[in-house]
Amino acid sequence: MSITVSLYVENHVLYVNLNGELDHHTSDQLRSRLNTVMGESQIKHIVFNLKHLDFMDSSGIGIILGRYNQLKSMNGTVMVIGMKPLVSKVFELSGLSKIIKVIEDDSQLESAIRGIA
Amino acid sequence: MNNEMHLQFPAKSINESFARLVIIGFIAPLDPNAQELNEIKTIVSEGVTNAIIHGYEDNEDGIIDVKAVLVGRRLRVTIQDFGKGIENIELAKQPLYTTKQEEERSGLGFMIMESFSDQFEVHSEVGVGTIVSFEKEFLPLDSSAQ
Ligand SMILES: Nc1ncnc2c1ncn2[C@@H]1O[C@H](COP(=O)(O)OP(=O)(O)OP(=O)(O)O)[C@@H](O)[C@H]1O
Ligand SMILES: [Mg+2]
Repeated sequence: MSITVSLYVENHVLYVNLNGELDHHTSDQLRSRLNTVMGESQIKHIVFNLKHLDFMDSSGIGIILGRYNQLKSMNGTVMVIGMKPLVSKVFELSGLSKIIKVIEDDSQLESAIRGIA
Repeated sequence: MNNEMHLQFPAKSINESFARLVIIGFIAPLDPNAQELNEIKTIVSEGVTNAIIHGYEDNEDGIIDVKAVLVGRRLRVTIQDFGKGIENIELAKQPLYTTKQEEERSGLGFMIMESFSDQFEVHSEVGVGTIVSFEKEFLPLDSSAQ
């Protein structure tokens, strides 16, 4: 099992689409992709789209929390959209939902983006 | 159904998904529900990851040993490394305790393993290695629809 990462940037928001499984191995791959993009463009907010993420363990929590800490210092935010129930269980257990905005679907995304832009 | 298996592989991060696949295959005859499958996958993933990054500190020559025993619908798994060991297990099990903050670890692995299993134990000796073991009883088939 691997991960497919697709990224795009719009108005200083980095959209990260994840497809597959996020563990220690694949989070290292993801981290270097994110670092490259964040070095090249001015990123203020990140939206992780987890609609197609089938598995996540504490390594996934670590990478999301890491980006949150990185952006917090410049008043940026991290949002997570479309989590499957099994993924959201680890997310809830870790307490991440207390500090990271969780969005159910695309219809809520637009207003959430307007809120931070 | 009673069954057992023994798996050994080098401490390469690519083997995290391999270990998850093996344990899923091993318990497949029990027809676990999606939540049970995910919990088992997660516990094994946490244990193997800890062996790689903490036990062997990314030295890929290390060997990780996974054993599983099935008695009826009760699964017992041990994940063992022969790495550096844990000095203070009670402290290590505290949520948010991590010795690898700089690698974006958040100290949640043990807490997740504990809450996803029926029984969870850690044995370790500094310089010798670490064994984590867990047990989980699968729901009877007729109630597995939740
Ligand atoms: N196999 C191991 N060998 C040596 N030390 C370990 C091992 N497993 C865990 N530890 C120690 O216990 C601590 C807590 O482990 P735990 O899995 O809870 O958190 P983590 O791995 O640091 O972070 P996370 O799991 O959230 O990515 C680790 O930081 C490490 O110091
Ligand atoms: Mg861990």
